[in-house]
Amino acid sequence: MLNRSIRFFELTGMNWLIPIANLLAGKNPKAQLNQLLASIGAPLVAFLIFLLLWSTAASNIKTSLGNLPGPSQTWEQFESLVDEHTAARDKEAAFYQRQEDRNAKRIEQGKEPKDIRPYTGAPTFFDQIFTSLYTVFIGFAVATIIAIPVGIICGLNSTIYTGLNPLIQIFRPVSPLAWLPIVTMVVSALYTTDDPFFAKSFITSALTVTLCSLWPTLINTTVGVSTIDKDLINVSRVLRLSWMTQIFKVVIPASLPMIFTGLRLSLGVGWMVLIAAEMLAQNPGLGKFVWDEFQNGSSNSLGRILVAVFVIGIIGFLLDRIMLTLQKSVSHDKTQEIR
Amino acid sequence: MANSYLDISGVSIEFPTPNGPFKALDNVNLKIEKGEFISLIGHSGCGKSTVLNIVAGLYNATQGGVILQGKEVLQPGPDRAVVFQNHSLFPWLTCYENVRLAVDKVMKGKPKAERHEWTEYNLELVHMGHAMHKRPDEISGGMKQRVGIARALSMQPKVLLMDEPFGALDALTRAHMQDSLTEIQAELNNTVIMITHDVDEAVLLSDRIVMMTNGPAATIGEILHVDLERPRERLELADDPTYNHYRAEVLKFLHERHAKKDVPQSTKKATTTTSDAADKKEEDKKDVAA
Ligand SMILES: Nc1ncnc2c1ncn2[C@@H]1O[C@H](COP(=O)(O)OP(=O)(O)O)[C@@H](O)[C@H]1O
Ligand SMILES: [Mg+2]
Repeated sequence: MLNRSIRFFELTGMNWLIPIANLLAGKNPKAQLNQLLASIGAPLVAFLIFLLLWSTAASNIKTSLGNLPGPSQTWEQFESLVDEHTAARDKEAAFYQRQEDRNAKRIEQGKEPKDIRPYTGAPTFFDQIFTSLYTVFIGFAVATIIAIPVGIICGLNSTIYTGLNPLIQIFRPVSPLAWLPIVTMVVSALYTTDDPFFAKSFITSALTVTLCSLWPTLINTTVGVSTIDKDLINVSRVLRLSWMTQIFKVVIPASLPMIFTGLRLSLGVGWMVLIAAEMLAQNPGLGKFVWDEFQNGSSNSLGRILVAVFVIGIIGFLLDRIMLTLQKSVSHDKTQEIR
Repeated sequence: MANSYLDISGVSIEFPTPNGPFKALDNVNLKIEKGEFISLIGHSGCGKSTVLNIVAGLYNATQGGVILQGKEVLQPGPDRAVVFQNHSLFPWLTCYENVRLAVDKVMKGKPKAERHEWTEYNLELVHMGHAMHKRPDEISGGMKQRVGIARALSMQPKVLLMDEPFGALDALTRAHMQDSLTEIQAELNNTVIMITHDVDEAVLLSDRIVMMTNGPAATIGEILHVDLERPRERLELADDPTYNHYRAEVLKFLHERHAKKDVPQSTKKATTTTSDAADKKEEDKKDVAA
């Protein structure tokens, strides 16, 4: 049990939890406490200093919307956002309840029940978080589906790679802000169903994420495939493995660590790009939340934006941790340190 | 003259390089009988691996060719199994799975139980039965090389090709591996071509030692028949005058008649030795751990 949880903490990069686990198991408490202090103490001190600097700086910066909010005002805004969310959920539940009550009455009176109308309240902060996560995952998934096969082909065939490389190098550094207008226009031109399953704005943001998060996976996959140990390829030639077996049993497993390095970078880029795209294109999500609050310009706005900033950061961090865990679990050399 | 088992005849090879073609081998001729153990020895960079790769079918000769049992070698195949210097096990598979991959390929159509048994048999043969479900990064360098040999043996090759199989190992492990190989050879009597840079290893294991001249355009300089009775005992041979005579012959060839002169090559060699030493330290650690 102890060993298994330690292994899990190592895999997820939460090494600082290891001494706690050891402590709970009663293993050499003194050494564990020291280790704990060393691994948690320093970040804790740094965080406290940060809070101190933030609150002193905040009270000295006057904006047209009042003082820049400090930690405590930001926390208040967080609480009020939570309250608004619960209030909105209660309202929604009540809305449906009313319709059902009405229908029940109609049935009693022997009339046909009316269709239930969907609730159309404004999305709360937490709805926006969910929308953003959903969008980034779809955009990232599409990017992955394109980037890995193309990367494998580029890695295997140097002629194709030489051909595609200039294009990759030109498109890779393009900012999402430059893609966005084009993606928006193309989506409006091509996606013209009357009963769209996806909202246009959703497709626009997801595609922008795709276009920007394609490159790290593509490049890392190419490098991973083209640097597979030549001896391993020779072994598969000696064994006369079929082309498919070679791809699935040799090429992909051998380059999996590099592929996951790319995926981790891609997801990071995708998350950063998404927020910008949502702000600029007024697509639903955290970016729109920030933009709306900015336009709104009430005395609470800056605090709410700061809450969004922290949430964006924490989600980005968690996504990175998830990818790090995957990356470590596919690494061939378990002794190697991946950060 | 009767056809020999393996016939390397008139092999030359040119590699295309940015400065024009580079002739690595020139007119290499060698006939090998079934069950013979041949060592290839020569300075680093002379073209030993290239010869081996041509026999394996991984490279194609520019002129001449290789004939195995009356058939020309045109592409790689499991009848010419290769043991590479750096084990080249698939790191994501366990030792068992690495061997099993080869077994599944060469025993296609045989029942599962039989393939399983054959995999285990070959791992036992190299004394790796106890660690067969470990991954390559969990075992020492010597153990990895054993698994590489088990994989090659499991293909029941007509010729076993080994490219400095023990080159990256420390002296003690290397001696162990040589003894294991002698033991396996006594049992299976494979036809073997082994590249080595270790003179003792060559004399201890081989029926013939093939000495190559320095490149470019390297070829076979001399062939030494080793008429020492088998089984050969390392310790007894140490004081055996015949053994020491053979040893001296090879050393003379390498260090008098074909001494390395050019500087860049020797610096390159020096760097590889140091990295080898670093490898060895790593291996030693794992040996202790195992
Ligand atoms: N694929 C290749 N392309 C170009 N040159 C090569 C290639 N393979 C080997 N060579 C050259 O051929 C020579 C012999 O190499 P090799 O057979 O690896 O030597 P050895 O195994 O004896 O150390 C070297 O000079 C090397 O640079
Ligand atoms: Mg070599």
